[in-house]
Amino acid sequence: MTNPEPDALSGLRVRPYMVTGGRTRSVVELPLETIVRVTPEGQKAVETLSLEPRAIVDLCHQPLSIAEISAHLHLHLQVAKVLVGDLVHSGHVATHSATADATDRPDLQLLERVLDGLQSL
Amino acid sequence: MSANPIPVKIVVAGGFAVGKTTFVSAISDIEPLTTEAAMTQVAKDVDDFGDAKTKKSTTVAMDFGRVGLSEELVLYLFGTPGQDRFHFMWDELVRGAIGAAVLVDTGRIDQCFPAIDYMENAGVPFIVAINAFDGMLRHHPEDVREALDLPRHIPVVVTDARHRAAVRDTLVALVRHAMTMAATTA
Repeated sequence: MTNPEPDALSGLRVRPYMVTGGRTRSVVELPLETIVRVTPEGQKAVETLSLEPRAIVDLCHQPLSIAEISAHLHLHLQVAKVLVGDLVHSGHVATHSATADATDRPDLQLLERVLDGLQSL
Repeated sequence: MSANPIPVKIVVAGGFAVGKTTFVSAISDIEPLTTEAAMTQVAKDVDDFGDAKTKKSTTVAMDFGRVGLSEELVLYLFGTPGQDRFHFMWDELVRGAIGAAVLVDTGRIDQCFPAIDYMENAGVPFIVAINAFDGMLRHHPEDVREALDLPRHIPVVVTDARHRAAVRDTLVALVRHAMTMAATTA
Protein backbone atom coordinates (compact mmCIF):
# COMPACT_ATOMS: atom_id res chain seq x y z
CA MET A 1 0.00 0.00 0.00
CA THR A 2 1.44 3.39 -0.95
CA ASN A 3 -0.77 5.67 1.04
CA PRO A 4 1.33 8.80 1.57
CA GLU A 5 -0.74 9.95 4.53
CA PRO A 6 1.64 10.27 7.51
CA ASP A 7 -0.96 8.76 9.76
CA ALA A 8 -0.07 6.09 12.27
CA LEU A 9 -3.43 4.52 11.53
CA SER A 10 -2.93 4.32 7.79
CA GLY A 11 -2.45 0.60 8.30
CA LEU A 12 -6.21 0.45 8.82
CA ARG A 13 -6.79 1.35 5.19
CA VAL A 14 -7.52 -2.14 4.02
CA ARG A 15 -10.63 -3.55 2.41
CA PRO A 16 -13.41 -2.66 4.85
CA TYR A 17 -14.48 -6.10 6.02
CA MET A 18 -11.02 -7.70 6.09
CA VAL A 19 -10.64 -6.63 9.69
CA THR A 20 -13.94 -8.20 10.72
CA GLY A 21 -13.31 -11.55 9.08
CA GLY A 22 -16.01 -10.75 6.56
CA ARG A 23 -18.71 -10.16 9.16
CA THR A 24 -21.01 -7.23 8.47
CA ARG A 25 -23.18 -7.42 11.57
CA SER A 26 -22.26 -6.73 15.15
CA VAL A 27 -22.95 -9.33 17.83
CA VAL A 28 -24.89 -6.64 19.71
CA GLU A 29 -27.24 -3.92 18.49
CA LEU A 30 -25.29 -0.68 18.41
CA PRO A 31 -26.82 2.60 17.24
CA LEU A 32 -24.18 4.90 15.75
CA GLU A 33 -24.44 7.36 18.66
CA THR A 34 -23.72 4.65 21.25
CA ILE A 35 -21.06 5.81 23.70
CA VAL A 36 -18.08 3.48 24.04
CA ARG A 37 -15.58 3.50 26.88
CA VAL A 38 -12.73 1.23 27.80
CA THR A 39 -13.19 -1.01 30.85
CA PRO A 40 -10.47 -1.75 33.44
CA GLU A 41 -10.20 -5.20 31.83
CA GLY A 42 -9.70 -3.55 28.45
CA GLN A 43 -6.95 -1.33 29.85
CA LYS A 44 -5.13 -4.34 31.24
CA ALA A 45 -5.48 -6.40 28.08
CA VAL A 46 -4.65 -3.69 25.55
CA GLU A 47 -1.23 -5.24 24.73
CA THR A 48 -2.85 -8.48 23.72
CA LEU A 49 -5.24 -7.01 21.18
CA SER A 50 -4.71 -6.87 17.46
CA LEU A 51 -4.32 -3.60 15.56
CA GLU A 52 -7.85 -2.35 15.07
CA PRO A 53 -9.41 -3.43 18.38
CA ARG A 54 -6.38 -2.00 20.12
CA ALA A 55 -6.81 1.33 18.32
CA ILE A 56 -10.44 1.42 19.49
CA VAL A 57 -9.52 0.62 23.09
CA ASP A 58 -6.80 3.29 23.02
CA LEU A 59 -9.21 5.85 21.61
CA CYS A 60 -11.97 5.10 24.12
CA HIS A 61 -10.15 6.20 27.23
CA GLN A 62 -12.48 9.11 26.66
CA PRO A 63 -16.13 8.30 26.08
CA LEU A 64 -16.68 8.40 22.31
CA SER A 65 -19.55 7.45 20.05
CA ILE A 66 -19.35 4.70 17.43
CA ALA A 67 -19.62 7.41 14.79
CA GLU A 68 -16.56 9.19 16.22
CA ILE A 69 -14.59 5.93 16.38
CA SER A 70 -15.47 5.32 12.74
CA ALA A 71 -14.41 8.84 11.75
CA HIS A 72 -11.15 8.93 13.74
CA LEU A 73 -9.96 5.48 12.65
CA HIS A 74 -11.21 5.75 9.06
CA LEU A 75 -13.27 2.64 9.52
CA HIS A 76 -16.58 2.16 7.76
CA LEU A 77 -19.42 2.58 10.22
CA GLN A 78 -20.51 -1.05 9.96
CA VAL A 79 -16.94 -2.24 10.49
CA ALA A 80 -16.59 -0.08 13.60
CA LYS A 81 -19.82 -1.60 14.91
CA VAL A 82 -18.64 -5.16 14.39
CA LEU A 83 -15.32 -4.46 16.12
CA VAL A 84 -16.94 -2.63 19.04
CA GLY A 85 -19.48 -5.43 19.34
CA ASP A 86 -16.63 -7.93 19.70
CA LEU A 87 -14.98 -5.75 22.34
CA VAL A 88 -18.24 -5.49 24.27
CA HIS A 89 -18.59 -9.26 24.08
CA SER A 90 -15.04 -9.76 25.37
CA GLY A 91 -15.52 -7.18 28.13
CA HIS A 92 -12.83 -4.79 26.89
CA VAL A 93 -15.23 -1.89 26.43
CA ALA A 94 -18.61 -0.94 27.84
CA THR A 95 -21.32 0.92 25.96
CA HIS A 96 -23.94 3.38 27.00
CA SER A 97 -26.99 4.68 25.20
CA ALA A 98 -30.15 6.64 25.90
CA THR A 99 -33.26 5.13 27.38
CA ALA A 100 -36.08 5.24 24.89
CA ASP A 101 -39.83 5.05 25.38
CA ALA A 102 -42.10 2.56 23.63
CA THR A 103 -42.01 4.59 20.43
CA ASP A 104 -38.21 4.40 20.32
CA ARG A 105 -37.91 8.14 21.02
CA PRO A 106 -36.21 9.71 24.03
CA ASP A 107 -38.73 10.05 26.88
CA LEU A 108 -40.09 13.37 28.18
CA GLN A 109 -37.75 13.48 31.12
CA LEU A 110 -34.70 13.14 28.88
CA LEU A 111 -36.10 15.72 26.44
CA GLU A 112 -36.48 18.17 29.31
CA ARG A 113 -32.83 17.71 30.20
CA VAL A 114 -31.83 18.27 26.57
CA LEU A 115 -33.92 21.44 26.49
CA ASP A 116 -32.27 22.72 29.67
CA GLY A 117 -28.85 21.93 28.24
CA LEU A 118 -29.53 23.73 24.96
CA GLN A 119 -30.93 26.77 26.70
CA SER A 120 -27.84 27.06 28.86
CA LEU A 121 -25.52 27.16 25.82
CA MET B 1 -17.43 14.76 31.43
CA SER B 2 -18.74 11.87 33.47
CA ALA B 3 -17.75 8.31 32.74
CA ASN B 4 -20.93 7.61 30.84
CA PRO B 5 -22.67 10.58 29.26
CA ILE B 6 -26.03 9.77 27.73
CA PRO B 7 -25.96 10.27 23.96
CA VAL B 8 -28.92 11.87 22.20
CA LYS B 9 -29.12 12.79 18.55
CA ILE B 10 -30.83 15.18 16.21
CA VAL B 11 -30.92 14.75 12.46
CA VAL B 12 -30.28 17.74 10.19
CA ALA B 13 -31.96 17.10 6.86
CA GLY B 14 -32.64 19.02 3.68
CA GLY B 15 -31.57 19.23 0.07
CA PHE B 16 -28.09 19.35 -1.38
CA ALA B 17 -26.01 22.40 -0.34
CA VAL B 18 -28.74 23.88 1.82
CA GLY B 19 -26.28 24.44 4.67
CA LYS B 20 -26.53 21.25 6.77
CA THR B 21 -22.83 21.01 7.57
CA THR B 22 -22.66 24.77 8.19
CA PHE B 23 -25.56 24.39 10.62
CA VAL B 24 -23.78 21.56 12.46
CA SER B 25 -20.45 23.46 12.52
CA ALA B 26 -22.05 26.55 14.02
CA ILE B 27 -22.85 24.78 17.28
CA SER B 28 -20.56 21.74 17.42
CA ASP B 29 -17.83 21.59 20.09
CA ILE B 30 -15.60 19.83 17.57
CA GLU B 31 -14.86 20.34 13.90
CA PRO B 32 -17.50 18.26 12.15
CA LEU B 33 -16.32 14.71 11.52
CA THR B 34 -17.20 12.44 8.65
CA THR B 35 -18.21 8.83 8.99
CA GLU B 36 -18.57 6.57 5.99
CA ALA B 37 -20.96 3.72 5.50
CA ALA B 38 -21.07 1.24 2.65
CA MET B 39 -24.24 0.87 0.68
CA THR B 40 -25.60 -2.63 1.18
CA GLN B 41 -27.58 -4.89 -1.11
CA VAL B 42 -30.42 -2.38 -0.85
CA ALA B 43 -28.44 -0.59 -3.54
CA LYS B 44 -29.86 -2.95 -6.14
CA ASP B 45 -33.33 -1.53 -5.56
CA VAL B 46 -32.39 2.02 -4.83
CA ASP B 47 -29.60 2.77 -7.24
CA ASP B 48 -30.94 4.27 -10.41
CA PHE B 49 -27.71 4.80 -12.28
CA GLY B 50 -29.11 3.83 -15.67
CA ASP B 51 -27.42 0.58 -16.61
CA ALA B 52 -25.56 0.13 -13.34
CA LYS B 53 -26.73 -3.38 -12.57
CA THR B 54 -23.38 -4.50 -11.30
CA LYS B 55 -22.65 -5.12 -7.62
CA LYS B 56 -20.66 -1.97 -7.36
CA SER B 57 -20.44 -0.81 -3.79
CA THR B 58 -21.07 2.83 -2.98
CA THR B 59 -19.86 4.68 0.04
CA VAL B 60 -21.99 7.31 1.65
CA ALA B 61 -20.39 9.97 3.83
CA MET B 62 -22.17 11.69 6.71
CA ASP B 63 -20.97 14.77 8.53
CA PHE B 64 -21.72 15.07 12.20
CA GLY B 65 -20.91 17.21 15.21
CA ARG B 66 -21.05 16.92 18.97
CA VAL B 67 -22.41 19.32 21.58
CA GLY B 68 -21.78 18.73 25.27
CA LEU B 69 -25.04 19.75 26.98
CA SER B 70 -24.00 18.89 30.52
CA GLU B 71 -21.71 16.54 32.39
CA GLU B 72 -24.13 13.71 31.73
CA LEU B 73 -25.54 14.55 28.33
CA VAL B 74 -24.01 14.76 24.86
CA LEU B 75 -25.92 15.73 21.73
CA TYR B 76 -24.87 14.44 18.32
CA LEU B 77 -26.03 16.26 15.22
CA PHE B 78 -26.06 14.18 12.05
CA GLY B 79 -26.43 15.68 8.60
CA THR B 80 -28.33 13.43 6.21
CA PRO B 81 -26.65 12.42 2.98
CA GLY B 82 -28.20 14.56 0.24
CA GLN B 83 -29.32 12.25 -2.51
CA ASP B 84 -32.49 10.19 -2.37
CA ARG B 85 -30.61 7.00 -3.14
CA PHE B 86 -28.96 7.24 0.28
CA HIS B 87 -32.25 7.01 2.15
CA PHE B 88 -31.25 3.55 3.35
CA MET B 89 -28.92 5.38 5.74
CA TRP B 90 -31.68 7.64 7.03
CA ASP B 91 -33.43 4.72 8.75
CA GLU B 92 -30.44 4.32 11.01
CA LEU B 93 -30.02 8.06 11.54
CA VAL B 94 -33.60 8.65 12.68
CA ARG B 95 -33.85 5.54 14.89
CA GLY B 96 -34.02 6.78 18.46
CA ALA B 97 -33.44 10.40 17.39
CA ILE B 98 -35.13 13.29 19.19
CA GLY B 99 -36.24 14.45 15.78
CA ALA B 100 -35.15 16.27 12.66
CA ALA B 101 -34.63 19.85 11.60
CA VAL B 102 -35.39 20.05 7.87
CA LEU B 103 -33.48 22.97 6.38
CA VAL B 104 -35.14 24.81 3.55
CA ASP B 105 -33.62 27.20 1.03
CA THR B 106 -36.58 29.23 -0.18
CA GLY B 107 -34.85 29.68 -3.53
CA ARG B 108 -35.03 25.90 -4.05
CA ILE B 109 -37.93 24.91 -1.91
CA ASP B 110 -38.68 21.65 -3.76
CA GLN B 111 -35.33 20.20 -2.65
CA CYS B 112 -36.65 19.60 0.86
CA PHE B 113 -39.68 17.56 -0.30
CA PRO B 114 -37.95 14.16 0.02
CA ALA B 115 -36.81 14.93 3.59
CA ILE B 116 -40.28 16.07 4.66
CA ASP B 117 -41.95 13.07 3.01
CA TYR B 118 -39.49 10.77 4.72
CA MET B 119 -39.93 12.27 8.21
CA GLU B 120 -43.73 12.28 7.90
CA ASN B 121 -43.83 8.64 6.80
CA ALA B 122 -41.33 7.54 9.45
CA GLY B 123 -43.24 9.35 12.21
CA VAL B 124 -40.18 11.37 13.18
CA PRO B 125 -40.89 14.66 15.00
CA PHE B 126 -39.58 17.40 12.74
CA ILE B 127 -39.64 21.12 12.22
CA VAL B 128 -38.94 23.12 9.08
CA ALA B 129 -36.16 25.70 9.40
CA ILE B 130 -35.85 28.28 6.66
CA ASN B 131 -32.17 29.02 6.22
CA ALA B 132 -31.99 32.74 5.54
CA PHE B 133 -28.24 32.55 5.06
CA ASP B 134 -27.94 35.72 3.06
CA GLY B 135 -29.70 37.53 5.88
CA MET B 136 -32.72 37.97 3.63
CA LEU B 137 -35.95 36.16 4.07
CA ARG B 138 -37.45 35.88 0.63
CA HIS B 139 -40.63 34.18 1.75
CA HIS B 140 -42.76 34.50 4.83
CA PRO B 141 -42.77 31.33 6.96
CA GLU B 142 -46.51 30.95 6.44
CA ASP B 143 -46.01 31.06 2.66
CA VAL B 144 -43.44 28.29 3.05
CA ARG B 145 -45.89 26.29 5.16
CA GLU B 146 -48.46 26.62 2.41
CA ALA B 147 -45.99 25.74 -0.33
CA LEU B 148 -44.98 22.62 1.61
CA ASP B 149 -48.58 21.77 2.52
CA LEU B 150 -47.51 21.35 6.15
CA PRO B 151 -50.04 20.60 8.90
CA ARG B 152 -50.57 23.38 11.46
CA HIS B 153 -48.81 21.56 14.26
CA ILE B 154 -45.45 21.40 12.46
CA PRO B 155 -43.39 24.47 13.45
CA VAL B 156 -41.82 26.57 10.69
CA VAL B 157 -38.95 28.71 11.98
CA VAL B 158 -36.38 31.01 10.44
CA THR B 159 -32.73 30.24 11.12
CA ASP B 160 -29.24 31.21 10.02
CA ALA B 161 -26.99 28.18 9.71
CA ARG B 162 -23.89 30.29 10.23
CA HIS B 163 -24.85 31.58 13.65
CA ARG B 164 -24.63 29.58 16.84
CA ALA B 165 -27.50 31.38 18.59
CA ALA B 166 -29.84 30.90 15.62
CA VAL B 167 -28.90 27.23 15.39
CA ARG B 168 -29.42 26.78 19.13
CA ASP B 169 -32.86 28.41 18.92
CA THR B 170 -33.78 26.10 16.05
CA LEU B 171 -32.77 23.06 18.10
CA VAL B 172 -34.75 24.40 21.08
CA ALA B 173 -37.81 24.72 18.83
CA LEU B 174 -37.34 21.14 17.66
CA VAL B 175 -36.94 19.74 21.18
CA ARG B 176 -40.05 21.61 22.33
CA HIS B 177 -41.97 20.18 19.38
CA ALA B 178 -40.68 16.68 20.18
CA MET B 179 -41.86 17.16 23.79
CA THR B 180 -45.33 18.13 22.58
CA MET B 181 -45.41 15.07 20.35
CA ALA B 182 -44.17 12.82 23.16
CA ALA B 183 -46.80 14.22 25.53
CA THR B 184 -49.63 13.63 23.06
CA THR B 185 -48.61 10.08 22.18
CA ALA B 186 -47.84 9.03 25.76
